[in-house]
Amino acid sequence: MDKRTVFSGYAIPAALLLPQLLITVIFFYLPAGQAVWQSFQLEDAFGTSRQFVGFENYQILFSKPEYFKAMGVTLVFSSAVAFLSLSISLLLATMANKHIRGAGAYKTLLIWPYAVAPAVAGVLWLFMFQPSLGMVAQLLKRWGIDWNPLLNGNHALMLIILAATWKQISYNFLFFLAGLQSIPHSLIEAAAIDGARPVRRFWTVIFPLLSPTTFFLLVVNITYVFFDTFGIIDAVTGGGPAASTTTLVFKVYHDGKSGGDLGLSAAQSVILMVIVVALTAIQFRYIERKVNY
Amino acid sequence: MSLIRTAAFLAATALTAVAAPAMAQTEIQWWHAMTGANNDVINKLAEDFNASQKDYKVVVSYKGSYADTMNAGIAAYRAGNAPHIMQVFEVGTASMMAAGKAIKPVHELMKEAGEAFDPASYLPSVAGYYSTVKGEMLSFPFNSSSAVMWYNKDAFAKAGLNPDAPPATWPEVFEAAKKLQGAGYASCGFSTAWITWVNIEQFSIWHNIPIGTKANGIDGFDTEFKINSPVHVRHWANLAELQKTKTFDYSGRTNTGEGRFTAGECPIFLTSSAFLGNVRANAKFAWANAPMPYYPDVAGAPQNSTLGGASLWVMGGKAANEYKGVAKFFTFLSDTDRQAKLHTESGYLPITKAAYEKVKASGYYKDNPYNETPLKELTNKPPTENSRGLRFGNLVQIRDIWAEEVEEVLTGKKTPQAGADAMVSRGNAVLRQFERTVSR
Repeated sequence: MDKRTVFSGYAIPAALLLPQLLITVIFFYLPAGQAVWQSFQLEDAFGTSRQFVGFENYQILFSKPEYFKAMGVTLVFSSAVAFLSLSISLLLATMANKHIRGAGAYKTLLIWPYAVAPAVAGVLWLFMFQPSLGMVAQLLKRWGIDWNPLLNGNHALMLIILAATWKQISYNFLFFLAGLQSIPHSLIEAAAIDGARPVRRFWTVIFPLLSPTTFFLLVVNITYVFFDTFGIIDAVTGGGPAASTTTLVFKVYHDGKSGGDLGLSAAQSVILMVIVVALTAIQFRYIERKVNY
Repeated sequence: MSLIRTAAFLAATALTAVAAPAMAQTEIQWWHAMTGANNDVINKLAEDFNASQKDYKVVVSYKGSYADTMNAGIAAYRAGNAPHIMQVFEVGTASMMAAGKAIKPVHELMKEAGEAFDPASYLPSVAGYYSTVKGEMLSFPFNSSSAVMWYNKDAFAKAGLNPDAPPATWPEVFEAAKKLQGAGYASCGFSTAWITWVNIEQFSIWHNIPIGTKANGIDGFDTEFKINSPVHVRHWANLAELQKTKTFDYSGRTNTGEGRFTAGECPIFLTSSAFLGNVRANAKFAWANAPMPYYPDVAGAPQNSTLGGASLWVMGGKAANEYKGVAKFFTFLSDTDRQAKLHTESGYLPITKAAYEKVKASGYYKDNPYNETPLKELTNKPPTENSRGLRFGNLVQIRDIWAEEVEEVLTGKKTPQAGADAMVSRGNAVLRQFERTVSR
């Protein structure tokens, strides 16, 4: 009953592995290596002069209180976005999984936002919440809330959390829905016959069975908030006011692009890479144990 | 059969005959950051130039905001396919000047191409900004503006203020703004776009106080910021106090808040003179502009203002005949009639003396005084060490740092003094880093 294919020699397995290996090397190891190399350099924007400075870029980074502030912002931002986008999409998926009229239409509409580019999503939210012209901002003002993301850091942070969450909900929704549909109906029926009410059925039967999906999405969402959200931040707040929406990845982008300081930017991206690798390792080591496959 | 072949042969030769001169045309890439009405102006300029001669063809491409265009150009240079001409905003001037072989100085270009070029024919306040201390022009001034105070005349009348006598000093602006708030403009008495350009750079120069040592960085890269002086701190203290009641209301770091003026929300708004096109098109009230306000107790204020806008940089490492085309295009741009037309249509300043004189002589400013306000500001007094201009490396990044501190001060998280001190120390750190990367 051994299904393993046995190859004679190394040529065929090597040829089969090669495309994937090439892609990994070209699109991951090479750029990552370049970033590490660049983080030890001091260079002008045009690349006309370059010198090796060792760990100086890292020293500069850790001597700046702004960098630690960005870490704090990232912590709040990423946990809020990951928690909100996972829980809201789970709620929506359980709703959409019911037999209701027009379920297909709802599902399609819920998946749509995923096709919107981050910067465009950012601009959409900016329009709604722009203090003097935005429709939602006007409404908030009528209710007596002095809405001002231009100066109020909490307002600005809330705005980018909302925008980043909204953008990610569709993706999570899609996976949760697929996960829910693959849960055997007989299990839920059995629980119902035993007298478990819907809420109890959800927490004791459905949620544990959904855990592989949830775990997968947790990893994906953490990666998303850490790496993929700078477009939204750039479009909505530009990192302000007073750096209260400057996350680590936005700082990488901003210091490298508008600052022209590629060495410092590269050092930050190396640190970010280390953080995300560590986070993913922790997740696999500790959280995965609680996952029922 | 042979008839068809002959016909085909004739057609083919005819086609090559038509195509031949087109093939010999040298393409000149021009990257720019102009939108709306000013984008049309650029396309028209390229079209006119291409129609005026056969050897060169200017191809324009829009590359996003000023910062985006500059970054795109830098990235393209690193990748070995930079455009010939790149429009760079005034903030990027120091970075471009320090770029060494990545750029081709305009005075060199014109000389090598044998084009007639007299630096003295350009307005000194404009050309000086883009020249070395020795007076060699490094980039070609294209669209220049300055900061002015726009105000809503209808709102002034409503608040019992004289619409024809705008406030001239900061204390008068504060008083006027309070009255305007009482007359239905509660959410914003006055505001400014480009918070740091208006309230640090123009503010310092207008008051004849240094932004930095070494003549604001013009005389050397080892410059240090001086923007925590008592006058600066007092201005931030005033703005922070007025922010509490929205007599002053912050409108963000760039000019995205300009709509608050044209929509009628903020009756007094300080921003670029190039806002003219938008005001003309969108303001549904009587409007005017006036010189920037000043603190009357500061000796020598008002001094003169400084430039905003952008210039055209020629990138390095291109072929000689391509440079010849660029030089021809610059000569084409300097034409007096063309400059006069550009000035009156776009609201940007004329760059040659002849064009300014021509528009003046035509009596245009009598009916359109707001078009002359920035020129009057720029030439208000002969420039001093503190008001010649400014040249700081990585100013794009420094402006963001300054804006962060401004936001801390306006929300009361930092005192004006602490904020201004942080602007200096954090700004200096960037300047030192820039100084190290500059290879000279």
